[in-house]
Amino acid sequence: MKKWNLVIDVAECHNCNNCFLAVKDEYTGNDIPGYAAPQPLHGHKWLNILSKERGRTPMVDAAHVPTICNHCDDAPCIAAGKGAVTKRADGIVLIDPEAAKGRKDLVEACPYGAIWWNDELSLPQAWPFDAHLLDRGWSAPRPVQSCPTGAMQALKISDEDMAALAREQNLETLRPELGTRPRVYYKNLYRYTKLFAGGAVLGIKRGVIDCLAGAQVGLRKDGKPIASVETDAFGDFKFDRLEPGSGDYEITVSCDGYRPAAVRFALAQESAVLADIVLELA
Amino acid sequence: MLFSLILWCLPAALRIHAWRSENIRALMAARDFTAQIVVKDGSRGRWFRFAGGRLTSGAGVNNDAEVTVRFKTAALGARILIHLTSGMFHFAWPLLKPFLEPMEVISAAKNFAFEVLGPDELSVHFTDIMNAMLTHGWQQGMPMPGGEIRYVNQTNGGPVFVYVKDGKIVRITPMEFGAGDPKPWVIEARGRKFSPPRRATLSPHGLASKSLIYSEKRLLYPMKRVDWDPNGERNPQTRGKSGYVRISWDEALDIAAAEIKRIRHEHGHGAIVNSHGSHHTWGNIGYYLSAHIRFMNAIGYTRMVLNPDSWEGWYWGAMHHYGNSMRMGGAEPYGQLEDTLQNAEMIVFWSSDPESTCGSYAAFEATVRRQWAKQLGIKMVHIDPYLNPTANWLGGKWIAPIPGTSPALAHAIAYVWISEGLYDRDYIETRTTGFDKYRAYVLGEDDGTPKSPEWQAQETGVAPQIVRALAREWGTKKTYLSCGGKGVAFGGANRSATGAQWARAMVCLMAMQGLGKPGINFGNLGTGTPVDLEFYFPGYAEGGISGDVEGTADAVQNYQRMPHLISMNTVTQKIPRLRLPEAILDGKTEGYPTDSRALEGQFQKFSYPSPGHAPVRMMYKYGSSHFGTTMESNRLAEALRSENLEFVLNQSIWNEGEVKFADLILPACTNFERADISEWAASGGYVHHNHNQMNHRVITLQHKCIEPLGESRSDYQIFLDLSKRLGLASYFGEGKTELIWCREIYLSSDLPKAISWRKFLRKGYYVVPPETKAANRRKTSWRWFAEGRKKDVPEPAPLPAEYGGNYLEGLQTQSGLFEFEASSLKRYNDDPERPPLNTYIPAWEGRRTAALYARYPLQLISPHPRYSFHTQSDGKDSTVNDISEHRVLIDGHYYWIARINPADARARGIAQHDLIKLYNDRGAVICAAVLTERLLPGVVHAYGSSAEYQPIGNTNAAPDIGGCVNILTPKRHMTEKTSASAPNSCLIEIEKWDPEKTGR
Repeated sequence: MKKWNLVIDVAECHNCNNCFLAVKDEYTGNDIPGYAAPQPLHGHKWLNILSKERGRTPMVDAAHVPTICNHCDDAPCIAAGKGAVTKRADGIVLIDPEAAKGRKDLVEACPYGAIWWNDELSLPQAWPFDAHLLDRGWSAPRPVQSCPTGAMQALKISDEDMAALAREQNLETLRPELGTRPRVYYKNLYRYTKLFAGGAVLGIKRGVIDCLAGAQVGLRKDGKPIASVETDAFGDFKFDRLEPGSGDYEITVSCDGYRPAAVRFALAQESAVLADIVLELA
Repeated sequence: MLFSLILWCLPAALRIHAWRSENIRALMAARDFTAQIVVKDGSRGRWFRFAGGRLTSGAGVNNDAEVTVRFKTAALGARILIHLTSGMFHFAWPLLKPFLEPMEVISAAKNFAFEVLGPDELSVHFTDIMNAMLTHGWQQGMPMPGGEIRYVNQTNGGPVFVYVKDGKIVRITPMEFGAGDPKPWVIEARGRKFSPPRRATLSPHGLASKSLIYSEKRLLYPMKRVDWDPNGERNPQTRGKSGYVRISWDEALDIAAAEIKRIRHEHGHGAIVNSHGSHHTWGNIGYYLSAHIRFMNAIGYTRMVLNPDSWEGWYWGAMHHYGNSMRMGGAEPYGQLEDTLQNAEMIVFWSSDPESTCGSYAAFEATVRRQWAKQLGIKMVHIDPYLNPTANWLGGKWIAPIPGTSPALAHAIAYVWISEGLYDRDYIETRTTGFDKYRAYVLGEDDGTPKSPEWQAQETGVAPQIVRALAREWGTKKTYLSCGGKGVAFGGANRSATGAQWARAMVCLMAMQGLGKPGINFGNLGTGTPVDLEFYFPGYAEGGISGDVEGTADAVQNYQRMPHLISMNTVTQKIPRLRLPEAILDGKTEGYPTDSRALEGQFQKFSYPSPGHAPVRMMYKYGSSHFGTTMESNRLAEALRSENLEFVLNQSIWNEGEVKFADLILPACTNFERADISEWAASGGYVHHNHNQMNHRVITLQHKCIEPLGESRSDYQIFLDLSKRLGLASYFGEGKTELIWCREIYLSSDLPKAISWRKFLRKGYYVVPPETKAANRRKTSWRWFAEGRKKDVPEPAPLPAEYGGNYLEGLQTQSGLFEFEASSLKRYNDDPERPPLNTYIPAWEGRRTAALYARYPLQLISPHPRYSFHTQSDGKDSTVNDISEHRVLIDGHYYWIARINPADARARGIAQHDLIKLYNDRGAVICAAVLTERLLPGVVHAYGSSAEYQPIGNTNAAPDIGGCVNILTPKRHMTEKTSASAPNSCLIEIEKWDPEKTGR
C-alpha cells in the first residue's frame, strides 16, 4: 500500500513563503465538503514556517522549517477525536469539517500546534494534504508544486520504502520522542536543532595580519579529537551538528610556519562564534 | 458587388448569432437606433434598424440613421469589412491573408476614406454589437475535473493558471507544462548536463493574487469626496481626511470629462499632469504604456519623468566608463549562464539578493541554476550589510560593509591587485584607456593617500585582512560579479549618495580582471539562457495599442506589424517624478532626463514650468501608490492638499496611497477580470531580451477569468467611456474591444506560425521552443570586446551614431575603449560629485556627517522588498501581510518590519516584535522590531515600497503606521546634477513606541 509522505530539506528552504501562500490560496474562500471548511483569510498558518538564527555577526546562518500537519500514524488528534478525525488508507489525516464542529479540544490534542481554531465556524482545522486535489489526480499537493527550490517533496511510497529512505538520507521527524509517527520528514534539520562553533584563523607576518588559508583546525572533547577541518581562503572554519548543552570543547590550530594555538569554549544553547585566532610566526 | 454582398450577409449573420448568444441579444435590446454602412457617394449601402431587440435591414442610404459607417469606395469598403470580420472566419485566415493589406484600414482611416459618423455613444454601441458577433463562439479556458475551468493569466512575478468555478476564482497556481509543450534546453558543463524543470516558477506577490482580487480594499464603485463640489467649494485642504460618497458611473464620467475640458479651457496647454505607477497590472493592452498612454496622449498632459530608480548608479555613473546607455548602464545579458557553468570559479554577489528580488519579473527561474552552480562547487562571496536570503541560502563568505562605503572597499581591492600584480595587464593595455590615472589615484600618488585595505577599513568597517583575502581570491579565480537581482545591474548600493561611485567601481574592477574573458563577467546565472530570442512577441515597452511612437518602442517593432492609429502628446512640459511635490507647491522645479539614446542625454537639464505652458492644475493619477516610493513622502501629501490642484482624479483598483486624496475615484478591475495578451517578463525596449532570464519563454492570452467585481471596469473601458464624452471614442478604440485587440497583437507576432488563434485562446499559453542547436545560441556578453572583435551579441544598441569608428566596433565611449577616466564626464565637467575619474567621496548623509550622525546614529537601508513588488501585493488585505518576514500583526494592525541588530536593540531596551518608532527630522514611522544577527550593528533594515501610508495625525510630524519608511529618506539627489534617488543614505534614531502614550 502506497502512502503519502512529505520530505522537507531545511538546507534548501530559503523562506520564500510560496508554500504558505499556496495553502492560503487553496483554502481561503473555498468550502471543500468532506475535506475542509474555508480557512480564515488572516490569522491561521496551516503551514507555519519557523525560523531560527545561529551564531552572530559576522558568522551567522538562519534555518527555516516549514511545519504543517504531520499526518501522524499514531495521531493524538485521532485518539482524541472520537471519530471526528480519521486516517485514510493513503496515510492522510482528515479532520471532518462537520463532525469536528465545536471540538476546540482537538487544537490542544496536537503536540505540534498544527491544528488551528476557526472561531467563526467553531471548527478545528489543519492542512488536509490537499487530499481533494490528489483525489482528482494531482501529482503533488500545492506547497510542493509552488516550491522553487525543490525543498519540499511529496512521495507516495510504501512505509517500508519510506523507512529505508529515511535511514539512507538521515531524515528526521519532529519530536520523535512523542511516538506520534509523523509522515512529514526533515532533511538537514540540524540547521535548526543543533549548534555550530566557528571562527577565523589569522596570522601575523611582519606586522601585517592576514587570513590564514589551509590551517588545520581540530575539535576536541574530553581530550579526544572528534573532528577536524581546514580553514578556507578567509581563514574561516566551522564545526556543525554539535549538541546544545554539550559543554566544554577545545579547538587546536596549526599552520606551517606558525606557532600552534588552542582555544577553549563551552556550548550551552547558542552556537559559538569565537574571537579571531591570531597565530604568530614560528 | 462584393461590398453589397457582404452587407447583405451581415443582418443574417447577426440574427443567427443573436439567436445563439444571450449577450448579443442583450446588446441589441439595449438601444433603439439606426446605423448604416454606406459608400460616400451614396451609390451603395445598407441600413440596420435596432428596435425592441429586433433587427430590420434594407438596402440603400437611410437619412435617419444615427450612426454612419462610410467608405470612399465600395471596393475599399469590401476589403476593410473582410479585414474587420476576419476573426469570424479564422479557419479561412491563411486564404484571406494574402488579399489583405494590413496598412489599408489605418491608411483609410487616416485619410478619412473610412469614417464612423454619429454620436460616440451610439457608434461604440454599434461596433460593440458587431464585435460581439465576431467573438461569439471564441472558446476560452480548459475544462478541468470538478466542474472547474482552467484559465491563464500573468502577473509581475510569473504566469499563472486560474481555476474558476461558478464565476469565482477557486485557486491561482504556478504553471506546469503539459505533454504538448516543448522540451527544455540542455547545457553541458564540466561533464554534466543541466536542464530546467518543465514548469514556470512564480513569485510570492503573484501567488497572493486571489487575495488581492477579492480584497476588501477593492474599489467597487465610483466615488466623490463629500466636501468637493466641482461647481462650488472644492476644499483641497481636506484631501486625505474627508470621506466619500458613492455615485453612478455616468455622474463620475460626466464630472471627469467636464473637468478635463474646463481645465484645458481655463488654464491652457499642459495644465493636466498625469501620475502613474509602473506595475499594478500586466499586459499589452490594459497597461500603463498601452491604453493609458493612448488616452493621455489624446487629451494632452504634462508628463511625469520617471528617474531610473532601479538603475540609478549604473545610469548616472557606470555607463560613462563603458557605454550601454540603452541598458541604462547595465551590462550585456547574453550567454552568461553557459559561461558561468562551464568556466566560473567564483561569484561575488555585491549588493545582490536575487532570491528576493528575482531579477526583473523573473520569479525563481534562476533558483535552480544557482543550485547547479552550488553543486559544481563554484565559490560564493556576499557583500551586503545584511546577510540577505540569497547569501544565507547559498552560503559562502559574508562581508558586511557600512552602508554607502562600498566604493572604498572596491578601491582597496584594486589597490591589492595593483600592488600584487593580480590584474589583467594585457586587457588594460589593449582594451582600456586612463588606467594610469586610476592607478595613481589608488596608490595615492596624487593625493598622498594610498587606497589600501587599511585605508578602507576606516570607512567600511571591514578588516583589512578580509579585503586582502577577497582581492587575492578574486584576482586568481575566474570570477563573476553579481550586482543587484539580475546580476548585470541594480542593487541597493546604487541607490545611495555613493551609488554612482559604486556602480562605476564595479565596472572598473571588472575591466581590471578582463571583462568578457571566459568565466569573467557580470551575472549570477540570472540571465543568458538559451531560449529562442528571435521568435517575435511584443514586450510591454513596445506600447501595445498606445500608438505612441515617441514615448514607447512602438515605432521600433510593433507598429510595423500591427498598424494602428498613432498617438502623440503635444505637451512637452515635464516634471521629474521625485519633484512632483515641489512642482505643485512651489510652482517650479528642475530635473535631468532619463534618456537612453546617448551618454549625454542625462546632462540636458529641463525646467518646470516650460516656457508658455500652464502650471498643472489637475492631476490624473493612474494606479498604484507613490507614497512608498517617494523620498520624504510627507511632501506628497502636502502637495495633494494644495489649492494649486483644483481637481485630483484617481483611477485605481485598490483603496490605497493617493486614492485617499482624490476628489473623484474611478474603480478599475484587475487584469484577471478583463482580456489581455502578454509574455512573461517581456519588457521590450526597456530591457531588451529581458526574457532571456527565463527557463522558458511563456506567452499568454490573459483570459478574462471572472466578471469585474462590483461596478469596477477595465482601464480600457474607463478610457473608452471617457473618450465617448470627449468625442474621441472612434479614435481611441478604433472600434475594437480588448479581446479583438488581443487578436490583433497575436496576429502581429510570430504566434500564428506556431499555434492557431482558436487553440491559443482556449489553452491560453504558448511555450516557445528553445534554441537546440549550439550554433544558434548566443555568444557570451563582452567576449567580442575582450577579443577585439566586432560586436556579436544581438542587441541593436548603441545606435549607429554612437560609434566613433566603424559601426559595431568598440564601445559607446568616445575612445571606443573602456575608459577609466570617462570622456563624457570630462566634457560635461559640471558635476564636482561625478569627476571623470571615479574617486571616493564619502556620502553626504552617513557616518561621516558628524553633526547629523550624532543626533541620528543609525543608518537606514531600504532595499527592494522581498514579498511584494514595488507597492503591488503589499497592504490591500493581501495574504502577503501574513508572512512573518513581511509584516507583523500586533493589536489588530499589520506593522511593517524594521530589522535591527540585537546590540542596538539592547541599548534601547527593545525586544523582538516591540513596536518601535523610526524617526529623524523628516518624520516618523512605526514598525515592528525584528532582532537579527544577520545585520551589521548600527544599521536598520526595512524594505522600501510599502503600499500603505497611514499617518495617525494630520501633521508631518505624525507617525505613520503604514510602514512607509521613505518618509524618512532624503529627497536630495545622489549628486546635484542628476535626478537620481538616494534613499539608502539615511540617518535615523529608533525608540520603543508606546501607542497608549500617543493616544492610539
